[in-house]
Amino acid sequence: MGFFSAITRSSFSHGLHPPSHKAETAGIPIKRMPFAPLLIIPLSQHIGAPSRCIVNKGDEVVRGQPIADASAALSVPIHAPATGRIKSIEQVTGARGTMETAILLQVYDASSQQVLWRNPVDPASLSSEQILQAIQDLGLVGLGGAAFPSHFKQRIPDDKMVDTLVINGSECEPYLTCDHRIMLERPEHLIAGIKLAMRATKTRRAIIGIEDNKMDAVNVLQKHLLNEEHISVQAVKTKYPQGSEKMLIKSLLNREVPAGGIPLDIGVVVNNVQTLSSLGQLLPVGEGLIERVITVTGPGIKHPGNYRVPVGTPIGFILQQVGYSGGVNEFILGGPMMGPAVSSLETPITKSCSGLLVLNEPGIQDETRMIWPCIKCGRCVSACPMHLNPAQLGLLASAAEYQQMADDYNLNHCFECGCCSYICPSNIPLVQYFRIAKAINRELAA
Amino acid sequence: MVEFDLLQTLITVAFMFGLGFLLSMALVLANRKLWVFEDPRIDEVEEMLPSTNCGACGTAGCRPFAEALIAGDIKPASCTVNSTEATGDIANYLGVDAGDVVKRVARLACAGGSNVSKNKAHYSGMSTCRAAALVNGGPKSCSWGCIGLEDCARVCDQDAIKMDLHGLPVVDPSKCTACDDCVDVCPKDLFSLQPVTQKLWIACKNQVHGDAAEADCEVACNACERCVVDSPEGLIVMQDNLAVINYEKNHLASAVAAERCPTGAIVWLNNEIPVKGIKAKRIVRKDALPIH
Repeated sequence: MGFFSAITRSSFSHGLHPPSHKAETAGIPIKRMPFAPLLIIPLSQHIGAPSRCIVNKGDEVVRGQPIADASAALSVPIHAPATGRIKSIEQVTGARGTMETAILLQVYDASSQQVLWRNPVDPASLSSEQILQAIQDLGLVGLGGAAFPSHFKQRIPDDKMVDTLVINGSECEPYLTCDHRIMLERPEHLIAGIKLAMRATKTRRAIIGIEDNKMDAVNVLQKHLLNEEHISVQAVKTKYPQGSEKMLIKSLLNREVPAGGIPLDIGVVVNNVQTLSSLGQLLPVGEGLIERVITVTGPGIKHPGNYRVPVGTPIGFILQQVGYSGGVNEFILGGPMMGPAVSSLETPITKSCSGLLVLNEPGIQDETRMIWPCIKCGRCVSACPMHLNPAQLGLLASAAEYQQMADDYNLNHCFECGCCSYICPSNIPLVQYFRIAKAINRELAA
Repeated sequence: MVEFDLLQTLITVAFMFGLGFLLSMALVLANRKLWVFEDPRIDEVEEMLPSTNCGACGTAGCRPFAEALIAGDIKPASCTVNSTEATGDIANYLGVDAGDVVKRVARLACAGGSNVSKNKAHYSGMSTCRAAALVNGGPKSCSWGCIGLEDCARVCDQDAIKMDLHGLPVVDPSKCTACDDCVDVCPKDLFSLQPVTQKLWIACKNQVHGDAAEADCEVACNACERCVVDSPEGLIVMQDNLAVINYEKNHLASAVAAERCPTGAIVWLNNEIPVKGIKAKRIVRKDALPIH
């Protein structure tokens, strides 16, 4: 039975199987990271309009107090992750290379872990509209990596109907285990969050999709869901990028999101497990999202594991805490497939960051770093989960035909999973080309 | 065995000739019928243009520019690539005023070569500025500074941009046609087109104040405001911790501001040999300003 279900386990076509490297951290319980002396809190940690700063230089703030509010419908407030004084409000370079405004918070030496500002509500008494408002007030965004404001995602337009809430626990990126640990350690928060999201979206059914390399999480959740008839857990094949919402919907429900569409078009809303577990934990007590769990791992780290880190903690401080052995390394925020490399230890952990990887960088003269010509082997074509033609797109990119890439070869359907670059035997940095092409097209359109 | 049939061969040849003649007559007729008058001067003027098709004059290329000249929509001097004599020749040929357009060149608002600026990280990805800028804004400590991976030199069709010893692009003003290509390609927006008559230039875009700016780059503008204090009223102002020149008052500009700058972020471009970087730092004025 077990063998049979394992080989018939549902999945999507294409994709690949990078080495998982999850064993180093999957068995270690989540630990708490102390406060860094200086927190750098960017105002734009989510997709949408940046938050509006409501504190001034020199103001004293307590842990949990709002320091920026939502400036538009597609925006969320930000809360102070620690008690301290606002040092300044200045421009910093974000992980994606753009300049953004950030609040610098000087943390008091004896800052307490206790959240001192809260606005508790009774979730049972709220209407679905009030739940959405409460979610926005928490500052909750998608914690899987995209950081799309959660209240906006759960808001279903009148002309749309949603029948299924998908909870994404697949965590397909190598190295990362933070969602895995949350499912093991906080199943009750996750289930509370799922129920709130089901009420907000008025859905009847919820499915938790988990890759079959995390069967312990599947078993734990199944035990907690014995009395729930509307929430189920389903194991899916371990394959990258199973955690992309379009792939997960295909695997669980065998529905395809139309080209250029969103899951809402086929009656599905997808949420990450850490997002909903934070929702279930924070909404009843009325605390803002001021910390998140990230995986800190990689060769060159003495104490890898999952850490509950206050938002705004600079990665230099984290490395100090986990015992970074030094040397020439590459630092990546998030998973190795999609996460951006960072060039500064001042870069803060934001709401969207799910991990910090310290990888040994191969030497520059290393042959693996050389880019060879495309040999038209077609491996990228058979790896691309969106069924695009990365080889042709790569050729167009090197000829700077960016507009044609978008018009004729569906560049904008690429969600930059990195399968093509990973599989390319010629080491062509395809996904990097596509990122540049998209950035240039965006500039031209603006 | 195929028999040679003379008559049939002749018929075939005659038919092919006849067909060719008929089709060529159709072409001749079409040529006459659809003929459009084109001013022969357009060809003549086009011959006198540099044929770079750079687009700096505002038209799509040299032939559209020649057409615009004949139509009288544009002055010959709008082509800043042409030599003064060639411009004069065109004006004489067409019997129009040559016009007066100041030549513009691309200028880089950064002087932080590898000798004076610091790197926060080592970058080993794709060797283009665009790609490097996507990774935390590039390897330089200064988020505004030139990354130095030659995107501008590659995009320049006139071969006017060369990288210097310290990884900064140097524009050859005699070759630059002000075509805007480098302005578009720079991910840090450091290039801009400036008239050559504007000699006072802020070679920095850093918006950090004080020692923090100088910690990243020796020739950064640290917003000390000395240039503002010494400048004629309104010539230089401070915006976002950066000196900004009001070029409407360009006639008041002098090398004093460059000499007053303690870091060398302000340069005085004399004969287009830029005094900047460490050299500029040496000419900091040590004595009090003369009282006028």
